[in-house]
Amino acid sequence: MHSRVLLWSALGLALLLVMPWLLLQALPQNQAQFWTANILGRGIVFGIIAMSLTFLATYGGFISLAQMMVAGVAGYTLAIFVDGAVPRIAGGLGYGLAIPLAILAATVMGLIVGAIAVRTRDIYLLMITLALAMGIFRFIETNIAWFNGYEGIRNVVGPDVFGFDFRNAYVFYYIALGTAGALYFGVLYLVRTPFGLVLQGIRDNPRRVAALGYAVGPHRIAAFGVAGFIAGCGGVLATIYNIGISPGSIGLGATVNVLIMSVIGGLGHPIGAFVGSLVFTFFDTFSASIYDRERFNTLIGVVFLVIVLLSPDGLLGAGARLRKMLGGRDAP
Amino acid sequence: MLSVRDLHVRFGQAHILQGVSLELGAGALAIVGRNGMGKTTLCQAVMGMVAASEGEISLEGQSLRGLAPFRIARRSVALVPQGRRTFPSLSVDEHLRLVSQGRTARWNIERIYQTFPRLAERRRNGGTELSGGEQQMLAISRALLMNPRLVIMDEPSEGLAPVIVEHLIQVLRALPADGMSLLLIEQNLRVATEVAGEVAIMVTGRIAATMPAATLANDPDMQRRYLGVSAGGH
Repeated sequence: MHSRVLLWSALGLALLLVMPWLLLQALPQNQAQFWTANILGRGIVFGIIAMSLTFLATYGGFISLAQMMVAGVAGYTLAIFVDGAVPRIAGGLGYGLAIPLAILAATVMGLIVGAIAVRTRDIYLLMITLALAMGIFRFIETNIAWFNGYEGIRNVVGPDVFGFDFRNAYVFYYIALGTAGALYFGVLYLVRTPFGLVLQGIRDNPRRVAALGYAVGPHRIAAFGVAGFIAGCGGVLATIYNIGISPGSIGLGATVNVLIMSVIGGLGHPIGAFVGSLVFTFFDTFSASIYDRERFNTLIGVVFLVIVLLSPDGLLGAGARLRKMLGGRDAP
Repeated sequence: MLSVRDLHVRFGQAHILQGVSLELGAGALAIVGRNGMGKTTLCQAVMGMVAASEGEISLEGQSLRGLAPFRIARRSVALVPQGRRTFPSLSVDEHLRLVSQGRTARWNIERIYQTFPRLAERRRNGGTELSGGEQQMLAISRALLMNPRLVIMDEPSEGLAPVIVEHLIQVLRALPADGMSLLLIEQNLRVATEVAGEVAIMVTGRIAATMPAATLANDPDMQRRYLGVSAGGH
């Protein structure tokens, strides 16, 4: 069961590795570049943030609406401390230091969210994480000295990576893909370790896990820390992709978008986050040509409704059902 | 080993345990009694899963009362709960790895698979894909792997086929030889009297009598009076 998941994941990764080349064969160069960076690359970056949500949902059993905010904490930390950002707020650090600092900040924020939400469940957890996200969002939006308020911080262009410019579509794409791959396989590994098993046990029956000698609360908080780390990686990449960050990128809309991606893909497995984010990014980008730019929300809403109506567990669940109908074995 | 003195548990107005006292040394003590007498509550109180309002619970002289369940578990107490409570999303192997203390421990995963070959065959199956007997073996294995000083089992034979009950009796009888004390809650009188040397009878939240297992096993009158059953009654 597990080896089959790994095999399919490796195949998917291999396909994504050669996608830019395939696109170049099929499309003119500028379009291929656009697809590589703005559809696939962006989709993968938001997939990382969505995976921090699906990780918590799948293995911990809690839906956190704070993950976009946690990603934003990484983005703002990067923007505040890195050299060259406009306006200069603290500055003084190169990307080599600012990026780990940003991911660390997101991890800490994840732990804080976890510590606050640890005793709540279901709708209450949803509301607490949403309240935290909106509180931080308002704080950032109205604080000009540290976050430049509504304007946000621009010109976070990203580092040179071994002499390659981060702004090059292919450099960005492969860094995003590499990060996503490492985090994805890291999650698959983590959930097989005793920590991951305890986490799943807690989701099934917290009292039983406690009776086996494991402290439930600290494990829950640690899971939020892991999710914070994942979201932080996504937040750094998203900030560099957008050449900066503003409150809009962590507001209610962005928060809900991450939830929509996760649900479209399916909450049963971490890969759902990437499936969902790629579908979402596709419609986000092409709603103008499919229907009308102003009608993006209508379009994605209809897509969302259709998917949730046909398959409550997202595209992953739909895939599994399709395989069953065709006489295949059960989905993983 | 385990000493419970004058233990009271209340759920709101309901006075479930009304001064339970018992002593368990090395070996096994069975507690029998009809439904609703407070047997399960006693297990949960020892494990710290329900709060006692009065009384004392101590393990080798150290008080357990008021400790969180995970701290009691770390003091080498394991509970096999009624209804097994295996984890739906973990496989058999994952259940065992969750609590394994390594290859060198007295009870390790290898020994579990030797003792319960059926679990070895189903090691990749999920916790809810198992039959009732297999789930019970898994729940017991999960407790044994913690290599506890004290194992509490709440009705392990409930709902099991007779042939599996025989296997269960063999396994439970061997536990004291491994240095484990066993507090066995049972409705099945035969399991209770074959596994434990001593049997305590629980009636409405109190221990009404404690006696050698053989005495109860050979006294149909007493069985009817306290339990409403007799060992050969079916």
